[in-house]
Amino acid sequence: MRRYFNLYSQYFIGVLFGFGLIISGMSNPQKILNFLDITGNWDPSLIFVMGGAVVVGLGGFYLASIRTEAFFGGALHIPSRRDISRPLVIGSLIFGAGWGIAGFCPGPAIVALGAGHLKALVFVLAMLAGMALCNRFVTGHKQPV
Amino acid sequence: MQIDWLAFTPGPALLGGMILGIAAALYVLLHGRILGISGIVSGLISPIAGDTNWRLILVLGILSAPFWASLLFGIHTAAVIDADWFAIIIAGLLVGFGAIYGSGCTSGHGICGLSRLSPRSLLATLTFMGAGFVMVFVIRHVLGL
Repeated sequence: MRRYFNLYSQYFIGVLFGFGLIISGMSNPQKILNFLDITGNWDPSLIFVMGGAVVVGLGGFYLASIRTEAFFGGALHIPSRRDISRPLVIGSLIFGAGWGIAGFCPGPAIVALGAGHLKALVFVLAMLAGMALCNRFVTGHKQPV
Repeated sequence: MQIDWLAFTPGPALLGGMILGIAAALYVLLHGRILGISGIVSGLISPIAGDTNWRLILVLGILSAPFWASLLFGIHTAAVIDADWFAIIIAGLLVGFGAIYGSGCTSGHGICGLSRLSPRSLLATLTFMGAGFVMVFVIRHVLGL
């Protein structure tokens, strides 16, 4: 029974996450690019999105840090690495470059795909190919955060 | 720096951001995982038996968010995608590759990582934002595209 509630909860949280992106305007790549255009006509909205998310998230992750088990069972899979590594920096540089080209990152691209945008579909397919390339030739099958 | 006051939407940005924070907090408390979209999606490319259903359901939730937003609240999911098809493909490849190589994206590093005060995620977030700033500067103000 818990198994089904688990999957309903996955779906619900996915929808909620999508709502957050839609309401904040982050599902719109134009808004992302206008944030990244810091020397142009700048739209600082993304700072407020991150601020709102982190203020709530701090509470949630504090609670998680004093718990040992997830509600649906199993241990908490919270990353424990604290080292600053080359892949972390180089990967983030590559990610940021791609983000700056189209204004899409993974979550918003999936939302825009759900809204029926053909370019979002092409972006997501290319993104999956990029992930597969990295998995295949660089990192093996390690799961990221 | 000049703020685009017409495009700037601090209220919806903060509200949407808080919803993203609630989604991330619920996810770690209920399911014991980081709500990192790139990590969750990449597990679908090289599937491990018994570890794919929850990922698919979560992605389905994100995909269907525009439908529910329209049905429940009459909110239209705006997505203005200015990049051309070639740029979309390059951007998708970079975002996918970089997110895996750098162990996360805007959700995993940005929202969840900052919420749990991870130094790795702070560095990753500053790095990809910096790369995004540079990329948009080059595209809009150097190349004038």
